[in-house]
Amino acid sequence: MKGVRGLLGWEATLLALVALALLGGGLLSPDFLTGQNLSFLTANFSEVALMVLSMTLLVVVAEIDLSVASMLGLCSAVLGVLFAAGVPMPLAILAAFVTGALAGLFNGLLVTRLGLPSLAVTIGTLALYRGLAYVLLGDRAIAEFPAAYTNFGFGTLPGTLIPIPIALFAVLAALFAVVLHATPFGRSLYAIGANAVAARFAGLQVERVKLRLFVLSGLMSALAGVVYTFRFASARGDNATGFELSVIAAVLLGGVSIFGGRGSVVGAVLAVFLIGLINGALTIVDVSNEILTIVTGLLLIGSVLVPNLLGRFQSFRQRRRRRGDAAVP
Amino acid sequence: MKTRSLLLSALTLSALATLAYAQTPALKKGLKITLLPKNINNPYNVIETSGGLEAGKEIGALVKVVGPSDAGASSQVSYINTAIAQKQDALVLAANDANALLPYLARAKASGMKIVTMDSDTAVSGRTLFINQANSEGIGRAQVQLVGKLIGYKGEIAVLSATPNATNQNTWIKWMQEELKLPRYKDMKLVKIAYGNDDDQKSFTEMQGLIQAYPNLKGVISPTTVGISAGARYLSTSPSKGKVALTGLGTPNQMRAFVKDGTVTAFQLWNPADVGYLATYAAAALVSGQITGKPGEKFKAGRLGEYTIGKDGEIIVGPPYTFDKANIDKFDF
Repeated sequence: MKGVRGLLGWEATLLALVALALLGGGLLSPDFLTGQNLSFLTANFSEVALMVLSMTLLVVVAEIDLSVASMLGLCSAVLGVLFAAGVPMPLAILAAFVTGALAGLFNGLLVTRLGLPSLAVTIGTLALYRGLAYVLLGDRAIAEFPAAYTNFGFGTLPGTLIPIPIALFAVLAALFAVVLHATPFGRSLYAIGANAVAARFAGLQVERVKLRLFVLSGLMSALAGVVYTFRFASARGDNATGFELSVIAAVLLGGVSIFGGRGSVVGAVLAVFLIGLINGALTIVDVSNEILTIVTGLLLIGSVLVPNLLGRFQSFRQRRRRRGDAAVP
Repeated sequence: MKTRSLLLSALTLSALATLAYAQTPALKKGLKITLLPKNINNPYNVIETSGGLEAGKEIGALVKVVGPSDAGASSQVSYINTAIAQKQDALVLAANDANALLPYLARAKASGMKIVTMDSDTAVSGRTLFINQANSEGIGRAQVQLVGKLIGYKGEIAVLSATPNATNQNTWIKWMQEELKLPRYKDMKLVKIAYGNDDDQKSFTEMQGLIQAYPNLKGVISPTTVGISAGARYLSTSPSKGKVALTGLGTPNQMRAFVKDGTVTAFQLWNPADVGYLATYAAAALVSGQITGKPGEKFKAGRLGEYTIGKDGEIIVGPPYTFDKANIDKFDF
């Protein structure tokens, strides 16, 4: 129970920080708190946000997937190559999802069947999948997509300023939150993350669950790849290079423990918005990119450091109180 | 009193007449112009945008330079969006990808912003004007002519380019290959096009790789400022120094030491500051209504003089320039 309360505390802190970022951005520039600017800002982190959802589940079970951005690039390349070769768009999109699922399955099999650490496996496949994307596309960029599809990536919901990919993300985020926090499957993830051995003894099929999560990670990367391809009307081998760091940064800042067993979808989602808003506020006052990167880095260190220090402070106070109690006869 | 007001109105009238006579409206003051280079830490882009800032000072415009630290396809998008949110009058950019930016540039245009590209173009629909340093054909051919002269028109050559997607690099390489088809180059062979990704370290190791993989290599063309200086740095300490001719596009300050120590005999470039300078003038002329972007329209660009808009809104700054030991000390950029 206490763990849950501590977590809610972190989410409340994130929510306050999001409000502060909105307020601060508004004070820094009159152009910040406009519907148009906020619409641009949120659209800008669509792909990262989508991949954060599956990454949250993976980190909760104490695994990680560093190959997400490469899978995105590979799926984008598959989509582009097939469409350019004359395959109807719905089939090309389906192929992108199949590619994502297979890439995720490969990661998952290496981790669960061979017992390799996911960090090492997915560093390898990070390079492998990116390489395959380059094999498919080389230095080409496929850019001629039908307007109906690019409008999906680029447009907003009719009559609003809400970017379509963000609307899609909102629906999926709600779904992920319900699954993680309100189903037996979700609870089993925490049990596995907290102690995989105990979970196995308790009858949970740890390997099967992990395998499914890796496949899910591939599928979400594929979805992000489709969104990215249409949002930029461009399928290229180097699409979304380096995005895995933004995804992991958001998950950790969101309070999901890198050691597994702790964290929430709400926290990770708030963290995505927080990073996006801070970046946006600094960009609109023309702060240079290097400073932006430094700020994101400091945020990340802070997000690991602050809860850690708070925890130490609490246990220090408890120890003192206990010692105090003992002194009273 | 009466005479004074008469005189004043006469003066006003004559002033108006003069303005009307001049036909073209003056450049507006206080224009807000955003310069968006490919990435901000590339020395070439720093010089280029310095020309834009210089032009901004001359015409009283608020010019600012923003941009990503990597030259990825989509890295420039958030800066285009920011310029829209900030209601800038014009955007001057060197595009990292010819197509990825199009929908965002269309949105910027729809918001009333004027778009000018420099160096690296988008598709024609993405912008009104394209400021080209030199004719792509002229650059590509001139590079091969120079390397041919340096190696006596005999032997293997290679190209060390930037990223595989760089529009300008690829066009130049295409023209290099055209030039190589001429009979005078029958004893020269292009054996490899390597990519250093406009990254110093990658370009350095690619240069090393070229020299190791092709023992008969006689010349390398690196049409990127990052590539040629990294290549020269490798070459200057390798046994191939003086045996492999390195040319390409570089800045005098980057290449001075290598020209003086004999690593590099000659290389080419235009003045990048002129590109940014002309692009900023062109953007201001567009916003002020002096020009609309139609071929044949003329406008004045400060110290560079008068320019005419060419086909598809292209404006060429001038022919490439060859730097060598004899003239390099006359330049500081």
